[in-house]
Amino acid sequence: MLKSKVIMVKTRSGKILKIVREHYLRDDIDNGLFGGKLEQHPELQNDLVPSEHFLIPDTNVVLHQMDVLEHSCIMNVIMLQTVLHEVKHRSSPVYKRIKLLCANPDKKFFVFTNEHCIDTYSARVKGESTNDMNDRLIRIAAKYYDKCLKDRNQTAVLVTNDRANCAFAKKDGLNALTIEQYVKNIVGYPELLDKLAKADEAIEVDKSISYPEHLKLSQVQAGVKSGRFFQGKLGISRENYLEGKIITHGEDGKEILIQGRLNLNRAVHEDVVAVEMLPEDQWSNPSGVILDVTVQPGAEIADAEKKKSTGVPTGKVVGIIKRSWRPYCGILESFGSPEMTRHLFTPAEKRIPRIRIETRQAKTLIGQRIVVAIDSWPRFSKYPQGHFVKALGSVGDKDTENEVLLLEHDVAHEPFSEAVLNCLPPSDWSIPNQEFAVREDFRDLPICSVDPPGCTDIDDCLHHKDLGDGTVEVGVHIADVTHFIRPGTPIDNEAATRGTTVYLCDKRIDMVPELLSSNLCSLRDDGDRLAFSCIWIMKPNSEIVSTRFCKSVIRSKSSMTYAQAQMQIDDKTANDPVTMGLRGLNKLAKILKRARIEKGALSLSSPEVRFHVDSETHDPIDLQNKELRDTNSMVEEFMLLANCSVAKKIQQEFPECAVLRRHPEPPQSNFDVFLNAAKSRGLELNAATSRDLAVSLDRTEEPKEGIHSYISTLLRILATRCMMQAVYFCSGLESDFRHYGLAAPIYTHFTSPIRRYSDIMVHRLLAASIGADKTFSELLNKTEIQNVCKNLNFRHRMAQYAQRASVGLHTQLFFRSKVVNESGYVIFVRKNAIQVLIPKYGLEGTVFMDRDFEGNTTVNADDLKYIEDKCEITVRGVKLCVFDEVTVQISHDATNVQHQRINLKLVYPKITGISIPSSV
Amino acid sequence: FELISDEGYRFDGRKPSELRRVRCNMGVFTQADGSAYIEQGNTKVLAAIYGPHEASNNMRSRVCLDKCFINCEFSQAMFSSAERKKRSRGDRKGKDMSAHIKQTFEAAVRTQLYPRSQIDIYLQVLHSDGSLYCACVNAATLALIDAGIAMKDYVCACSASLTKETSLIDINHVEELAGCAEFSAAIMPKLDQIIYSELNGRIHQDELGQLVDAVTNGCKDIFAVIDRFEVITDNTEIAVSPRSLHS
Repeated sequence: MLKSKVIMVKTRSGKILKIVREHYLRDDIDNGLFGGKLEQHPELQNDLVPSEHFLIPDTNVVLHQMDVLEHSCIMNVIMLQTVLHEVKHRSSPVYKRIKLLCANPDKKFFVFTNEHCIDTYSARVKGESTNDMNDRLIRIAAKYYDKCLKDRNQTAVLVTNDRANCAFAKKDGLNALTIEQYVKNIVGYPELLDKLAKADEAIEVDKSISYPEHLKLSQVQAGVKSGRFFQGKLGISRENYLEGKIITHGEDGKEILIQGRLNLNRAVHEDVVAVEMLPEDQWSNPSGVILDVTVQPGAEIADAEKKKSTGVPTGKVVGIIKRSWRPYCGILESFGSPEMTRHLFTPAEKRIPRIRIETRQAKTLIGQRIVVAIDSWPRFSKYPQGHFVKALGSVGDKDTENEVLLLEHDVAHEPFSEAVLNCLPPSDWSIPNQEFAVREDFRDLPICSVDPPGCTDIDDCLHHKDLGDGTVEVGVHIADVTHFIRPGTPIDNEAATRGTTVYLCDKRIDMVPELLSSNLCSLRDDGDRLAFSCIWIMKPNSEIVSTRFCKSVIRSKSSMTYAQAQMQIDDKTANDPVTMGLRGLNKLAKILKRARIEKGALSLSSPEVRFHVDSETHDPIDLQNKELRDTNSMVEEFMLLANCSVAKKIQQEFPECAVLRRHPEPPQSNFDVFLNAAKSRGLELNAATSRDLAVSLDRTEEPKEGIHSYISTLLRILATRCMMQAVYFCSGLESDFRHYGLAAPIYTHFTSPIRRYSDIMVHRLLAASIGADKTFSELLNKTEIQNVCKNLNFRHRMAQYAQRASVGLHTQLFFRSKVVNESGYVIFVRKNAIQVLIPKYGLEGTVFMDRDFEGNTTVNADDLKYIEDKCEITVRGVKLCVFDEVTVQISHDATNVQHQRINLKLVYPKITGISIPSSV
Repeated sequence: FELISDEGYRFDGRKPSELRRVRCNMGVFTQADGSAYIEQGNTKVLAAIYGPHEASNNMRSRVCLDKCFINCEFSQAMFSSAERKKRSRGDRKGKDMSAHIKQTFEAAVRTQLYPRSQIDIYLQVLHSDGSLYCACVNAATLALIDAGIAMKDYVCACSASLTKETSLIDINHVEELAGCAEFSAAIMPKLDQIIYSELNGRIHQDELGQLVDAVTNGCKDIFAVIDRFEVITDNTEIAVSPRSLHS
């Protein structure tokens, strides 16, 4: 069965190495034909290949035409090992996609290990390049299949866009087609043509532009090594898509500015590029000119002009090290005749250039959100070339816009796969008897849950019991998700990639399937549930006597909303155990909170709104600020306590691999603008430590002459923006554990395993440390944990952005048919504008001071007086300071379909020519 | 970096539980009392046995009254790996390897039959492509048999590694470089005893059983190969061993 063939590989790394590897040839490799895996599907009909056939694509077809291959009508494809290997080396995203396709039983993709099959192996011919050899191997495999299939009256079709390869194949008597030929002749799927990526030579030369050639990768690498070039990820400016910067690698990561189409040289946002510095006399400044017509110049100009005299390091792109193109959402530009096939596509992301695509469906696609992928960017084409991937729906439609914001934030939102759903317990699952043997039975305790209204994924419950000896027992019970999600299963992998449940205004994108999130794991008051409990014995002064963790079975006595719980606490007549418990908890929580604030925990604020949604159209009809009651902070306090206790425990048991959460202390410079603004209004704040900040923020609550009472909240909102992001990390790889905002020495997330994967990891660690569950290798592998944490941090950030975008979208929908006057507060003063926050709608926007309410620039520079230190601006004699109360008119601006937005116009104070005349 | 494809093949085309090709030969030196040559894939090792004989002068201190002692020397040829490298005989890796092989055979040779004497095991690696220890042990077993030294049983060694919950046996150099934990063991297949085991890298406790099973099976496969081989050399009609050519 084993035959041995030795191949020689020569590599060069200083010295010449001779590497000899074994290569076994086998006669037992499944070609899929007789194992019954490859079955012809009669539906796929092609005019060029009338008989039943199988496709054998070559590497370039797979690399460039994934969108075609992914189409549901393309089936019966034989993927050769040679092709897969090459794809893996050249593009890992494509490799991942093709692997998914191969794993999908409906697509009938079959992987043939051709290089180890004795019938299809061939040694390298002397002098043959790797590419040529791979092409030859592909042809040999195609021939082999052709022979095998002849008996079955079927054919193998080699799909290649390489002319030489095609010619060779024809000489060998093979059926070889280009992907265009094949796709054009498929019966019944005309839309497939749009998905074709264009080959380079097919692209029209644009005389008007000629980009400099990119250097070869080897030259780039040599240049980076010698220090002549700088390597970094390109970040395009939000205001100007022809301007970007990179932050160079290395300890003193410096910023290099890149300006202009030619200097950017076809690099797209987020590509890793090599940059060469321009001579110092050509150094320039961020322009501040905003190229996108829809966004009006804001305060950024001011910052730019200041630096004009010096000039910042400026460079030009000489080579692309790694492309990070992804499919982009956007719209087709409406000009041009719909009959034409060439069109320009404008991505929703402003930092991405427009993309040229070819489509025959322009008529239907105009006015729709579509997804387009970039194929290439030739030297003589002003815009990159791409192809149409799919249409999402019409612009402005809420479902479409939701879809767009999910796609743009890389939130996985497709339904759970079959493999994942197979991991679920049956829907009538009930707690098996053996669980009672290994768990503590807390079903008699007065356990209840308190959550926001409409919450169906309840992950936490509480109880409080007086022990009668001067101590009380307090328990936090968390849904035992890890009982259902076992490590290494498809459902676990899916949850780990999703990382978090994403809450949009009208939609929840679950991390785990609904059966778990809203039923079996959700601690509702309709039956017994499995829980992971954290039990403290506490003295009435909240001093903890002992802490204990255990797996348990609980029965929640009541699922309440914050308001209901508050009412029960306040209701003097209610004296049942649950209410008594709530009162006890509330009392303890207040003590805990005071102690925490004493230590320097910050209580910050962000304007949060909740939309009331029409039950039928799901359009927002009203919105309301989230109210904060005692019960909110009661639940929060005990969750924090549980998280801290668990963090201590797992760090103790697994000092090398505990999953923790830390909040780095922000550098003082983050506070500069904020402190200055406060100072301009006579408020002395101190941000040296979190405690100082908390104390000085509290001091602003005292009423002060000349300042409205909302100032304290405003300051808290602004302080939040000076903070750093809190992140998950693996304790074995970091030394700083502190959580700045909570002023806790160690912290983790334990209390929401239904909606956060980090909590699932923490549950597993905790279960292992109390002997309730086994450990496994991934759980104790530092690098593995750090990798998962990295993904979680990314997903959390994306979820947050998506959430904000969703609020933005709903605000727009809300104001679509309304014009409202509302009071707001100035939070920043810029050279030509003020930034206004409207707390009622959680809305923030710019009001320009150099143009009238219709957007025409009317005010010249003399009328504008801007004093930076004092954060004030005087326009035509009217002075506006930071934190001033103003009245603005809010309206919806739909002049640009792509970027619809909210417009703010000044109503009060009245400034001639700027504010809206009262008659309008 | 995938050590094993979704179709279930390793880099070189083997399945996870398959050995590389094993070829061996006995009696390759005329001068030695016993000798053998083994190829496990591209790992090629020569073994020579001298003894049992009276302890040489410089080893007098190690003589035992009730049994013989085993002296093992391991060396690796300059050209044995991809990069030419001059290796001194006493380098750390060589010393460790010698010590491990010595221990292994002290457990398997009936040393009490040869009191006050010495047995030398010389091992020379001609080509190294992973699982060096295992090839050395297997070669030494054959050479000891060739020398007619009494042993409790054959000693067969095999290595294994773990990836994606599958254990791969008989690890080659590329797989060693992938950085997974490597487990090697020497067993006496007929007695079903493990006499040596070694783990490089970290694995989870729960995975150990699986690795031990894989290695045990690998060792038994190796036993089947070298046992059969021995039968053939005994048969004078077929065997054209180098020894008979030389004599």
